[in-house]
Amino acid sequence: MATSDPFDDIPGTTLFDAKKSREGYHLNMFCMSLMSAENRAAFKADEEAYLDRFPMTPAQRKTVRERDWNGMLQLGGNIYYTSKLAACDGLTFQNIAAIMTGSTQEQYAEMMLKGGRPIAGNRSRSEWKRG
Amino acid sequence: MARIIAGVTTSHVPAIGAAIDRGRTGDAYWQPLFKGYEPSKKWMAETKPDVVILVYNDHASAFSLEIIPTFALGCAEEFPPADEGWGPRPVPMVKGHPDLAWHIAQSVILDEFDLTIVNKMPVDHGLTVPLSLLCGQPAQWPCPVIPLCVNVIQYPPPTGHRCYSFGKAIRKAVESFPQDLRVVIFGTGGMSHQLQGPRAGLINSAFDNRFLDLMAKDPEALTKIEHIEYVREAGSEGIELVMWLIMRGAIDRDAKEVYRFYHVPASNTAVGHMILENRR
Repeated sequence: MATSDPFDDIPGTTLFDAKKSREGYHLNMFCMSLMSAENRAAFKADEEAYLDRFPMTPAQRKTVRERDWNGMLQLGGNIYYTSKLAACDGLTFQNIAAIMTGSTQEQYAEMMLKGGRPIAGNRSRSEWKRG
Repeated sequence: MARIIAGVTTSHVPAIGAAIDRGRTGDAYWQPLFKGYEPSKKWMAETKPDVVILVYNDHASAFSLEIIPTFALGCAEEFPPADEGWGPRPVPMVKGHPDLAWHIAQSVILDEFDLTIVNKMPVDHGLTVPLSLLCGQPAQWPCPVIPLCVNVIQYPPPTGHRCYSFGKAIRKAVESFPQDLRVVIFGTGGMSHQLQGPRAGLINSAFDNRFLDLMAKDPEALTKIEHIEYVREAGSEGIELVMWLIMRGAIDRDAKEVYRFYHVPASNTAVGHMILENRR
């Protein structure tokens, strides 16, 4: 979308714009369904059967199956929805943040205690070697 | 006549609610944060507002992708704490103020702010954590609360400028309500934080402190911050800060800063808090 192009320069960040929202609708609504204890139980009992209820793409299903938290965001997942799947697994926001940043829990928690990820070097993709 | 006497900003990090609910406020990790809110609790207890208007965002609790209102005003008698996936927070039912809420809805719509009227809405940590921080753990919240829920999850959220103008319309609405009420308005969320992706954990204290300075002294400057600057400088979830500008638009331009607190971290987030009082 033309309106979101400049945002692509921000490294390590997926903007939840119209395109992503449309792409991720069923993935996010699957996550939303886990707000109910009954649905959480059904999902835990048979993940594949439960996922059949939601017309996600095979690629989206794969990210759910593998708990590929960054992959879900790239395929239209939104963090406030995917965090519901995390909660279902007993993981906190900080737990999945550590995973998404490729850190151990200890490294991530330590980074936050020291003031968080600095803005210097994290404004633009041009500052990121891995883009 | 009703009037707005003060504005409060505060972050609304869910982990803060969990720390309160689990009795962990004295932990070494949390103690400095809660200490920073002690003067605020005292201020709240002494100020005794008749009504709080609380600007916050829902985090896929009351609303999902099925319906995404940009501005949604809670006009109901009461709002239950939401079950966010691990049971509702053990906090009191939030009692609304339907007379004032409906008055505000009618007034701002005729003032060309086309908000959504909501009569059924569970309220999540976005609303209950600020109440806990300012009111502690009472058996009942000290006054009625009107929830004003803003979309900041689906891009684009409203602009900072629109939020500031909306705040002014809310003030006009409150001041045309015939009953004598002393109203405090909260703008919540922020400060810098990013919860998602490889850049998660971003904190920009320089941006945050400048934002706090301008909240007090030059709010119009803040209305010029574009979305891309929020996302780049304050993180993808730092864009919640536009909600502070609704509060700021609803109080005096020359409101007096009576308290400020800034702390890093609360989980993934920089916590910012300010109390501004109208001088008249």
